[in-house]
Amino acid sequence: MSAANNAGTLAAAVGLAANSWGQGERPDPLNRHKHGLVGTSISRIDGPLKVQGKATFAAEFLMEGLTYASLVFSTIAKGRIATLDASAAEAAPGVVLVMTYKDAPLMKPMPLFMTAEKAAGGDNLPIMQDDQIHWNGQPIALILAETQEQADYASSLIHATFEAEPSVTDFEDAKRQGTKTGEFGGGPLKLDIGDAEAALNQAAVSIDAEYSTPRHSHNAIEPHAATVVWDGDSLVVHDASQAVVHTAWSLSSVFGIDEGQVHVTSPYVGGGFGSKTLWQHQVLGAAASKLSGRPVRITLSREGVYRMVGGRSQTEQRVALGADQDGHLKAIIHTGVVAMSRQNALPEPFILATRGAYAAESFKLHVEVAQLDMLANTFMRAPGEAVGTFGLECAMDELADKLGIDPVELRILNEPDKHPTEGKPFSSRNIVEAWRTGAQRFGWAKRSAKPAAIRDGDWLIGMGCATGTYPYYRMPGGAARITLTREGHARVEIAAHEMGMGTATAHVQVTADRLGLTADQVTFSYGDSKMPGAVLAGGSQQTASIGAAIVAAQHALVTQLLILAGNSSPLAGLKPEEVGGLNGGLAELANPGRHESYASILGRAGRDEVAVQQDAPPPLELQNWSMHSYGAMFCEARVNAITGETRISRFLGSFDCGRILNAKTAASQFRGGIIMGLGLALMEETQFDSRNGRIMNPSLADYHVPAHMDVPEIDVIWNDIPDPHTPMGAHGIGEIGITGTAAAVANAVFNATGKRVRELPLTLDKLM
Amino acid sequence: MPIRINGTEASAPADPRVSLLDLLREDLHLFGAKKGCNQGACGACTVLVDGQRVLSCLTLAVQCEGRDVTTVEGLADEHGLHPLQRAFIEHDGFQCGFCTPGQLCSALGMAAEFERGVPSVVTVDFEDYGADLTLEEIRERMSGNLCRCGAHNGIIAAIAEVQNSRQDQDKKEAAA
Repeated sequence: MSAANNAGTLAAAVGLAANSWGQGERPDPLNRHKHGLVGTSISRIDGPLKVQGKATFAAEFLMEGLTYASLVFSTIAKGRIATLDASAAEAAPGVVLVMTYKDAPLMKPMPLFMTAEKAAGGDNLPIMQDDQIHWNGQPIALILAETQEQADYASSLIHATFEAEPSVTDFEDAKRQGTKTGEFGGGPLKLDIGDAEAALNQAAVSIDAEYSTPRHSHNAIEPHAATVVWDGDSLVVHDASQAVVHTAWSLSSVFGIDEGQVHVTSPYVGGGFGSKTLWQHQVLGAAASKLSGRPVRITLSREGVYRMVGGRSQTEQRVALGADQDGHLKAIIHTGVVAMSRQNALPEPFILATRGAYAAESFKLHVEVAQLDMLANTFMRAPGEAVGTFGLECAMDELADKLGIDPVELRILNEPDKHPTEGKPFSSRNIVEAWRTGAQRFGWAKRSAKPAAIRDGDWLIGMGCATGTYPYYRMPGGAARITLTREGHARVEIAAHEMGMGTATAHVQVTADRLGLTADQVTFSYGDSKMPGAVLAGGSQQTASIGAAIVAAQHALVTQLLILAGNSSPLAGLKPEEVGGLNGGLAELANPGRHESYASILGRAGRDEVAVQQDAPPPLELQNWSMHSYGAMFCEARVNAITGETRISRFLGSFDCGRILNAKTAASQFRGGIIMGLGLALMEETQFDSRNGRIMNPSLADYHVPAHMDVPEIDVIWNDIPDPHTPMGAHGIGEIGITGTAAAVANAVFNATGKRVRELPLTLDKLM
Repeated sequence: MPIRINGTEASAPADPRVSLLDLLREDLHLFGAKKGCNQGACGACTVLVDGQRVLSCLTLAVQCEGRDVTTVEGLADEHGLHPLQRAFIEHDGFQCGFCTPGQLCSALGMAAEFERGVPSVVTVDFEDYGADLTLEEIRERMSGNLCRCGAHNGIIAAIAEVQNSRQDQDKKEAAA
C-alpha cells in the first residue's frame, strides 16, 4: 500500500495527543479515529520469521568459542554444604570450568524486584558466595564444557553432602510460627471500612466459605536461557527477558560496574507470563564467563526452571458476603493467608480485585503471610487477581444461589457508581454492557437456575459466570526515540518487549496512524537495553507506557519538523497543536489541504533524517481515576456423572478494556489468558513436598497445562469503548483473560452437578 | 551414511549420544526445532523423518543415517511459504512463536498419519474413517504439542483450513 493509496482511507489528519495524562484534557485523538490502522486485524509482522523458525531466541545467538553451562542443585531446604567434591567433574572430557561457592567471583545479591525502580531480581540472596542453603533446588555448582552433553555429564559427577538445619516447609507449620500482614505497592494488604463482621452477622442472607488455590508455574515453553560474553569490563547478555533495562541495571549492581557497561538484548521471548525477569542463572552465566574468559550459553533444563525460577504461591482465602433480601451487599470480607519465601517481595495479593469489584457498606480485606524456606515465589499472570477472583466470584455465585437471584443480575445489582473503597471516579467502566452483550451471545437465558438439572447421557451440563478484572497501570520510565528519514520512513525505538503479545505490530499501527504513514513505512524496534525507556512488560502496562512515550516523542518531532519546514512551507506559521499526520506528511487540522510531506520538509532543509527522543510524562491519570479493565466470563462445562471428568464445551469472554489496537492479536491475548485460566481451574498445580520443600512435578509431563484437546473454541468479544484518559484510549490486555475464568468454570461445574468445589484445581477426584 | 536434512547431506555425529535435536541446533545451527523440555513432553522439537513426525529430542542423530529429515526451515520452497505456514499467520496460530515450528511439523505428520488410516482415541467410526479430519480429531492428534500462550484455537483453525482445502482439491481431482 502506498502513501497515496492510503490517503483515501485516512479521512482526516490525526492531531497530537495532549502530552500529559490525568489532567482531564481532551482525549487522545486516536480514540475517535476510525479510518486508520488502529483496531484492524493486521497479521503480526514477525509472523513470517516465526513460522520459518527464523526468529532468534536467547539460546540461539552464535559466538566464537561458546561454552555450555550445566547446574547442580541442592537437595535440602536449609542448612549448609558440608562437602563438595568436584574432582571427577573437573577431570571429565570437555570440561572448561567447575564453579562453586569456593571460587565464584565476588558478587552482590540481585536487587529485589519492586524494591528499586529498575530492580529485576527474583530473590536477594547471596549467589554462590558461601556454603549456605536457602531452598531446595538452589544451585550449588556450575559446570562449563565444550558441549551441552559434556557439561550435563560432568554435572552428574559432582558429589555434595549437606548439613541440614531445621526448616519450615509445611504451610501449617509456617502458620503456627506466626503470620504477618503482607505488604504490596508500598502499603499493607489490609483494608477495613465499617464493621464488616457485624454487618455480616446482621445480614439477611450471607455465605461464609473457605477457598484454596495451589502453587502454579508459568511454564513458558521456552526454558530460561541466556548467551553471555564479557568484552573487557563490559557485559553482553542475550536474554529471554520482559525487562531488558531492569535486567541490565540489576546486573551492573551485582557486578559493581556501570549500568552502561551491561548490554541486554531480547529480540524474541518464548513466553514469559511474569517469569522472564532476572534470576540467578543469568548471574551465574556471567560469573562463569568472567572466570573462564569464554562466552557462555546457560539454558535451564525444564527441571532447572522449576528449581530456580519461582512461580505463583498458594493461597487460603475466606470470603464472606452479607446481603439484604434483595441482594444488595452489606459486607464483603476477603481474608486469608499466603505462603511466601523469605527472599522475595510478593505476598500473592488476592484481595486486589475485591477492593473495587462491588458496592458494599462494609469491607474487611486482609492478606496474611506465612513464611517458608522455599524457592522465591513471584509474579505470575495477574498476580492477586487470578486466584483472588476465584474466591470472590465463587462466593458471589454461592450468594446468588442462596438468594435465588440470577448470578449475572446479582453482579449488575451491586455495580458501584464510583470506586467502592477508594472513592475515586472510574475512568471508564462499562461492565454492565459487557454482561448484557455477553449473556445474550452466550445464551445465558437457557441456563437452569436449579443445579444438576441438565443431562446428556453420562454428562451433566451446566453454565457459570464470573467477573474478570485487572487494573490499568502505566509505570514511570517510558521514553521513545523516533527517527524520520527523508524517504518518509519512521523508526521507533523503545526498550520494550515482544513475548508474543503483538507489541511491535500494534505499535506500528499506532505510529502509522499518528504520523500519517502506512504500516510498511514504520519500523518498531525493541528488546535492547541501549534503547530509550525502562519499560517493564508486566502489569499489562507496556501498551500504555509505549503509547505515552510515542505521544511525547511525536510532540518533539512535530516541533522540529515545523522549524525545519520554515517560512516557505505551506505549513508556515502553524503551531504543533494545529497540525497532524496525514498522507506521509503534516497537514493543518482545520484545513487538511494545507499539507507538506515529510520528504519535502526534510529535502528542503537538506536533512537525511530527523531524530528526537523524549520521556513520557508521569502517570498522573492513575491519581485521579480508578482505572481498570473488566470481563464478563461465561462457561459451559460438561461433567461426567460416572468419572467426574470435566470438559469445557463453551467459553465466552465479553470484555470492556478500552480501545482495541489490533483485533487479531487482541483476540489471541484474551484467549491466551482464558486458556491459562482453564488450566488454573482444572489441572494446574506445582506439587510441593511439605516434608522437604522440594517441587515434586518439575516437568511438563507431570505439571499439566491445557493441551489442544482441553481447549474448545473460545469466543471473545469486546465493546471497544475508549478510555478517555489513556493513550489511544487503550488498556493492556495481557492478564485480564486469566481473571474470573477459574470461578466461571467452578460455577459452571456447580450448576452442572450441584457440587461446590472450593479447592483448586478442580480435578475429577473432587467430583466423584 | 549421511543424514539428509532439508535436502542437504550432513554427517552423522561422531558421538552416538547426540540427539537429532542437538545435531540440528548446535552443530548445524538450524534453530527452528526448539528445546522446550528435552524429555518428549512438549513437542516443540518435532521434525519429520521420512515424512513421519518424531520428537527430535528423543531421537538419536545416528538413527537418522540414510534418512530424510525435514525441519521447519525446510517447509517453505521457491514459491514461498508452505500453505500451512501462511494459514498459521492468517489465523494467528502462535504468539511467542516458540512452539510453532513443532506445531507445524507435527501437523504435517499428523495429516499424513490420518491419510494412512491411523486411528486416534477419538476415532469412533472406522468404517467411515478418512472422510473428515474433524476438529476433535485434530485437537486429539495435536495434543502432544503444547502451547502456553494459548494459541490453540488459531492452530487448530489453520490446520483445519489447509486440510479442508486439500480435501476439496482431492475431491475435485477425483471428480475430474
